[in-house]
Amino acid sequence: MSVDRLSSSVAPHRAGPRGVDGRRVLRRALTRPSLPALVGLVLVLAFFAIQAPEMLTSGGLAGVLDVAATLGIGGVAVALLLVAGQFDLSVGVLAMSSAAMTALLIGHAGWGTWPALLASLVCALLVGVVNGVLVVNTGLPSFLVTLATLLVLQGTTLAGVRAVAGSGRVDGLDDAPGWSSAATLFGSTAHLGDGRFRVSLLWWLGVTAVATWVLWRTKFGNAVFASGGARTAARELGVPVRRTTVALFCLSATAGWLIGALALVRLGGVQVSSAGLATGIDFIVVAVLGGCLLAGGYGSALGASIGALLYAVARQGITLAGWDPPWFQALLGVLLVVALVANGVVGHRLKGVPRS
Amino acid sequence: MSEGGTRGLELRGVTVRHGSVPALSRVSATFPAGEISCVLGENGSGKSTLVALLSGLRRHDEGELLVDGTAVRFRSPRAARAAGIATVWEDLAVAPLLSVWRNFFLGAEPTRGVWPLRRLDLDSARATTARAMARVGVPGLDPDQPASRLQAGERQSLAVARALHFGASALVVDEPTAAVTVARQTLFGQAILAARAQGLTVVVVTNNPRYAHLIGDRFLLLAGGQVAGNLTREDVDADGLTALMAGGDQLGVLTDALTELHPELGER
Repeated sequence: MSVDRLSSSVAPHRAGPRGVDGRRVLRRALTRPSLPALVGLVLVLAFFAIQAPEMLTSGGLAGVLDVAATLGIGGVAVALLLVAGQFDLSVGVLAMSSAAMTALLIGHAGWGTWPALLASLVCALLVGVVNGVLVVNTGLPSFLVTLATLLVLQGTTLAGVRAVAGSGRVDGLDDAPGWSSAATLFGSTAHLGDGRFRVSLLWWLGVTAVATWVLWRTKFGNAVFASGGARTAARELGVPVRRTTVALFCLSATAGWLIGALALVRLGGVQVSSAGLATGIDFIVVAVLGGCLLAGGYGSALGASIGALLYAVARQGITLAGWDPPWFQALLGVLLVVALVANGVVGHRLKGVPRS
Repeated sequence: MSEGGTRGLELRGVTVRHGSVPALSRVSATFPAGEISCVLGENGSGKSTLVALLSGLRRHDEGELLVDGTAVRFRSPRAARAAGIATVWEDLAVAPLLSVWRNFFLGAEPTRGVWPLRRLDLDSARATTARAMARVGVPGLDPDQPASRLQAGERQSLAVARALHFGASALVVDEPTAAVTVARQTLFGQAILAARAQGLTVVVVTNNPRYAHLIGDRFLLLAGGQVAGNLTREDVDADGLTALMAGGDQLGVLTDALTELHPELGER
């Protein structure tokens, strides 16, 4: 995708001598945030193509893409936040909470599917606003603020669902009014060979494309980069840093809601669990694998999506190769370290210029 | 001086308080258009507060701030910029990983198309950036390189170019207090002179009296948040300015003491 680079589409302007040009192209390629992720993806894919050849069948690919889609949606949203210099741990739990809320509204309050989805979206946005406003007004690290949100949401959801539904599970929603249209939008599948491809894939691609465009081609995107790269300078220049930050938290909350809606419709119900922190961290791992610098100011939506793909290939590959699943965590840890080092090198190369 | 007719910036009895402590206390000064006014003072003399006031980061508690004869009170940096006051910060207002043109247009990006498809106008942004940088003495710059690759002094030139391009009528320059290289000072001085040549009000806040005397037309000395002197180039030479700035007697004593111990210092 030609829009995904730090200093975008320069190729047409450089019709200079070939040798100089080649070096320049290489240097520019190295400044693309998604490059290390792409290299990692190719390596891991090649490795598991040998270890578990069935991953490259349509069935295997469907499994990989299914895992990647959910991760990718959250990962892209978290990547935007990371670029703006903020964290959001609460996306995963928000997905569970909003799905649980929708399910309770449909199953126990007798709401239609769409009003319930809309209500949970509003609540998700409220959570995003609370996160954002707390971060910009208190100056507390967003890591801790969203950790607090995560705990509150997780506790409320677990206790709330048990109190209302009597157990941690709500289902039997598929005869609610509007369910079939929601199922089309969030739960359609297409069979290709022996693989079942879900509509979440299209949502993922859509989110990635829109986020990439917004990041590189709009004023808002510029504000996102500036908020993370030079917050004081950006504020002094009149960039609405606070508004941008709050908007980004709303965006990640919306991503959480979307993930929740996709899962709810797919399963026809919701099962609450206390795995919240792990899921929240997964999205950050994906964004970092995709080349986002933790310090902010650098990263891309496309990178985060490639990171999600890398994650998914590793996870499915280990399952299909018949290894003990805990190996996945070990591999993920290794990948994460490699990504952090690679990102650090890139960041250093870009920043490492004497100031005067 | 007629009311409302003066081009430039003017302070009339301006007081700015940090809590109950006045950082600026009844300061009156004029910074006319087409001249370089240097604000000199020790650390803590109120220089930074003056910059913050002019750039809209702080508001005055008493007195008046006039832009081209009109009293203003900036609610935000954006408001100051809208009134035509551009600030070049000491800490280099660039996002290091963003390209030069993104930095150039930060906060005021050219767009085309209608919402929700309103997007950055990339080609015009690049071309404009290269042209504006050439105007302040940095020709042949690749607008796509990250701002961190800019050379010494070019970052301030970027900020000055930005001010000129966006039609600022006043340029407030917060000079680095740390030691700077001659190359950088030269480049930056070039940009400041380019701004004066265009008829801008230039306010340079510095603690280097020799540099100030080199480029400045008039000098405002601050001490303890008050005006300690208001001079023009005719009134004072570089040595006088140095002496005045350092509180006169103290530096005199210091100079005598040091020259006594190290006679070679006296020859400078």
